[in-house]
Amino acid sequence: MNALLATVRRDLLLALRRKSEVLTAVFFFVIVTSLFPLGIGPEPVLLKKIAPGILWVAALLATLLGLPRLFAADHMDGTLEQMALSPSPLGLLVAGKILAHWLLCGLPLVLLAPVLGLQFDLDASALAVLTVALLLGTPLLSLIGAIGAALTLGVRGGGVLLALLVLPLYIPALIFGAGAVEAHIAGLGSGGHLSLLAAMLALAVFFAPWATTAALRVALE
Amino acid sequence: MLNVSGLACSRGERRLFADVSFSLAAGEWLHVQGENGAGKTSLMRLLVGLSSADAGKILWREEPAPSTEFRRDLIYLGHHAAVKEDLTPLENLHLAAALDGIALDERTSLAALIRLGLRGREELPVRVLSAGQKRRVLLARLLTRPAVLWVLDEAFNALDVSAVRLLGDLIAEHLSTGGMAVLTSHQPLPVPGGKALVL
Repeated sequence: MNALLATVRRDLLLALRRKSEVLTAVFFFVIVTSLFPLGIGPEPVLLKKIAPGILWVAALLATLLGLPRLFAADHMDGTLEQMALSPSPLGLLVAGKILAHWLLCGLPLVLLAPVLGLQFDLDASALAVLTVALLLGTPLLSLIGAIGAALTLGVRGGGVLLALLVLPLYIPALIFGAGAVEAHIAGLGSGGHLSLLAAMLALAVFFAPWATTAALRVALE
Repeated sequence: MLNVSGLACSRGERRLFADVSFSLAAGEWLHVQGENGAGKTSLMRLLVGLSSADAGKILWREEPAPSTEFRRDLIYLGHHAAVKEDLTPLENLHLAAALDGIALDERTSLAALIRLGLRGREELPVRVLSAGQKRRVLLARLLTRPAVLWVLDEAFNALDVSAVRLLGDLIAEHLSTGGMAVLTSHQPLPVPGGKALVL
């Protein structure tokens, strides 16, 4: 467990030294979600209807922006090799890296979403559901994305391949995440959607670090 | 303690080496020699468990490697710098120790950096250091990370005369306290004794 926390601390410290890389993804999210209300104009009914989808798609793409760097830098300078040879289980170190990725690229989106949702005329309860859905969904995006990042590690043009590989896997998260907010607005209750999202997250927490570790070992060979 | 038998490795269709066997006991070291492309680095990576062999066995303390115990006893320094450019040498040493789950106090890490001639560079980001100094930061891990088996791949590259002598001294000290080392290098090494393995 200490190794996991040490990895989180290390990656946060590295991000602190290179703030621009983290801020790009967050700004991307802010700008993309702000473009839609500006482009569509003041039509509250339409905006309210498309809000969950747009916020979720923007969150998917913003998460994707940070993924290629998840392992690439450590792979290039050889520190990933050292992690693979560490007495600490590589799975724990990988879990730490994924957690750090979520703290840097996922959590800011969750915190910003309620503010950005205001542009779409979402009311307070819909904003709350959106935030909860993103809180459950963004770690899922980081976990699934990490598998893709590990599989495309060291591949030329890996960034595009990563997007092609990971985006289809994001579809369930998108459907249930955006669906939760839509169902709430329609008065159907969001409980079912959120439960499914939480179930997917539980599954991913268990399997994704393991799959990522296996893919990394192959990439290092 | 380290027993390697019948190790074989191929890259694609090409056989790099076959039937490599050697054993090391406490206080012994092995000099792996061979031309460029003979498979020295491949052998090192097989040995530490970064890649898997076509055939052969590696035993560490009579147990098959790589195991967690083997990794605890092992330190491998390869071609890569394996240090974070944005962090200072001190941070690099402490984070590496934390990831390995090893306690490291600042006195030890500072002493290691000073021994490697990095006095006054402890708080500078590694990216402003020269190639040789980066190498020295990496070598400081030999002093901060307790390990029995040192596997050093071309560790003498990019080092100046005094650093080569220093690394030779470090290896000799390590061997005298019952450690083991496997080294690759094209130049004659300033370490007495040692077995040779020509690929």
